[in-house]
Amino acid sequence: MRHGKYPFILAFLLPPVGIYAIYMLSPYIQALYISMTDWSGLSASQTFIGFDNYVEMWHDDQLRTALRNNAILVLVVPILTLMLGLFFASMLNVGGRRRGAAVTGVRGSSIYQVVYFFPLVVSAPIIGIVFSYVFAPENAGGILNRMLGAVGLDSLQRLWLAEQSMLIWIVVVVMTWSFVGFYVVLFSAAMQSIPKDIYEAALLDGANRFTTFRKVTVPLVWDTVQVGWVYMAIQAMDAFATVHIMLGINGGVEGAGDVLGVMMYREAFASNDFGYAAAIGVLMLVLTMAVAMLFMRGLKRERVELA
Amino acid sequence: MSSSIERSIPAGSNRRTFLQRVALTGVALGPGGAFLASCATGGGDDDDDEAEEAPSADVSEDNPLGVPEDQPLEIYIFDGGFGDEYATEIHQPIFSERWPNIQIDHHAAVDIAGELQARFVAGDPPDFINNSGDGQMDPGQLISDGLLYDLSELFDAPSWDDPNVTVRDTLLPGAIEAGTRNGTPYVLNYAFTVFGLWYNKTLMDENGWPVPTTWQEMMDVCADIAATGIAPWVYQGVTAPRYMNWPLLSMAAKLAGPEVLVAIDNLEPGAWGHEAVRESAAAILSLRENNYFLPGVEGMEFRDAQGQWARGAAVFCPSGSWIENEEADAIAENPTFELAVMPDPLLSPDSVMPLETIRATAGEPYIVPADAANPRAAMEYMRAMLSLEGARGFSEMVTSLTSVAGAAEGVTIEAPGLASAQAALQAAGDNVINWFYPSWYGEMENPGIDQATGALLRAEITVDEWVERCEGVATEVREDDSIDKQTRES
Repeated sequence: MRHGKYPFILAFLLPPVGIYAIYMLSPYIQALYISMTDWSGLSASQTFIGFDNYVEMWHDDQLRTALRNNAILVLVVPILTLMLGLFFASMLNVGGRRRGAAVTGVRGSSIYQVVYFFPLVVSAPIIGIVFSYVFAPENAGGILNRMLGAVGLDSLQRLWLAEQSMLIWIVVVVMTWSFVGFYVVLFSAAMQSIPKDIYEAALLDGANRFTTFRKVTVPLVWDTVQVGWVYMAIQAMDAFATVHIMLGINGGVEGAGDVLGVMMYREAFASNDFGYAAAIGVLMLVLTMAVAMLFMRGLKRERVELA
Repeated sequence: MSSSIERSIPAGSNRRTFLQRVALTGVALGPGGAFLASCATGGGDDDDDEAEEAPSADVSEDNPLGVPEDQPLEIYIFDGGFGDEYATEIHQPIFSERWPNIQIDHHAAVDIAGELQARFVAGDPPDFINNSGDGQMDPGQLISDGLLYDLSELFDAPSWDDPNVTVRDTLLPGAIEAGTRNGTPYVLNYAFTVFGLWYNKTLMDENGWPVPTTWQEMMDVCADIAATGIAPWVYQGVTAPRYMNWPLLSMAAKLAGPEVLVAIDNLEPGAWGHEAVRESAAAILSLRENNYFLPGVEGMEFRDAQGQWARGAAVFCPSGSWIENEEADAIAENPTFELAVMPDPLLSPDSVMPLETIRATAGEPYIVPADAANPRAAMEYMRAMLSLEGARGFSEMVTSLTSVAGAAEGVTIEAPGLASAQAALQAAGDNVINWFYPSWYGEMENPGIDQATGALLRAEITVDEWVERCEGVATEVREDDSIDKQTRES
């Protein structure tokens, strides 16, 4: 078999690598090339214009708004989601105290586990539409304003979607809500693999729930947190579906809720400027990779040895 | 663009975003063309002269466009508000009766660009397209990329019904102009839309409120309406404040004449600062200052706002004659609800144009691609659509007027809104106005002027600041060399 080894491996390797090259790598190369043209996306002809699109991007105020919003999403959504995810997961798995079992979830945790997972079953466009009614004015069926009114907090009622400063924070809330469930499940799985004797030992030593969480749970699921964090950051760089559906193709009032993904879509399909859209795409690629690497590095921590 | 990264993360990838990314990155490029950038977007060299090679037969009295008798005809109809049955049940039978050997290959599509963009790039588009809906391909871009067929021959050909009258002469004024760029007609706009203030006729009649003819009367009626707890006005909320530009510009044109609109369309410096435009903007702003808008409307989606109007929460709503169809669900809830259109009121008794002046325009675009395999049959199909029988059938089936003059005469229009639109159009006579900057320079209208007007309607800016912003938007278009400029004379 020795002689035939390499042809054998190659025969199996080439097709997938070839398919990968055609369908995964070549679009990137194309995007890079298109970003240096003035292609309208409708005709077969385009002119090479070098870095003009990138120069235009540098001077584009709307791009700055979109970048700022993406930065907010990348920083806030993962933190909120992971904190909530860790908290809920630890409550579901190790938060309870019951006679006979030292380590258990809070009462009703089996129900909560299912409830948390709901948003993940619902598709992103539906979440967007539902939440646009949460934030709608009261007479148009706005749930939030109605609830605020019902509990006497009329002063907090606003026209959420008509206020520029609110838009990106609405997106933060919606994205966090729709992501938390997944991380609860992810962290639950990680926590269930932690040996129970560690918790029992901590309990015997007199550690309270918070200390146990900080000193035992978090260090032992840190690898999972790290992966989750990076993945979240990448998802937050996108936000396309949520923003496009809730705020529209222009990114809401005065474009204040714009993000790069929506801007790219708008430039391509509303403005017929595929060249500029591709340039935004290249920027997104660079930023996403930078964010992923930064987070991977920044979150590195000593592995906890259990043995 | 991060799809490969997402895929390498084991935490489960989001298939939706992945597919979206692929769609965006690889756009319209087929697998064959996806190998190298040069292959994918290149191919400019096969920008051949297919148009000239297109099959044709001898031109005769029976066949003024030289349609080849045996070539198939591929048709794409937008399956939206009008559906596609009007094509299969009215126009295609009319066409097939005269051309029994031409096989019609009919397609209905909801997302026109999604289905056809790749075929345009590949130089293999269908013969005839109803380029409409959310997925509309930008007509201005199609024209400047040289992708549309010149329809002059169609409009100069004798009409389907009478060989002594050209197709051009059977159409309503302004119908061809709406699809013309630099003097060449590229788009057949088939439906005819009347714009104005739509009002809740039931409420007006019940309360004895008169239909206002001047802005002063409008303010008086609004005061009466507001006193009963009903909101006088809605507009299309956070989605499309630009609908309020329609009464704004119509009233300005009535006050000072249509030249105001010509200056705006021609991007003349200071056009938005014209005294009549300012006065009209101030009038619109006074609606906000007097709280005459439905509470919360600035935070609503447009269908919610219009739905509130159709359910009787407000009286006036600026829109086009499609609103009756668009709000059919809400209208159907209340059997007594009746809507009607009124021309926008006069700002001053000594206005230049009469009250009956109305904005109306041909819409619902149909195109023949320059690279079509059978453009002559496609134009012949348009000729069949523009026959009296074709236009009448369309009006009856989808309750919309058409660009064909007189086609709606003798047709009983049962929809009260459309009947009132037809009456308003007749009353207007030659005093029909329109403006073209939204179709010439899409981004100038949206988000440009749209956002400025939105801010005005929320009273975040003054009329002067609104003028300044609109001028800024116009200047940006004027100074952008990459945009093809259009001009008009009247």
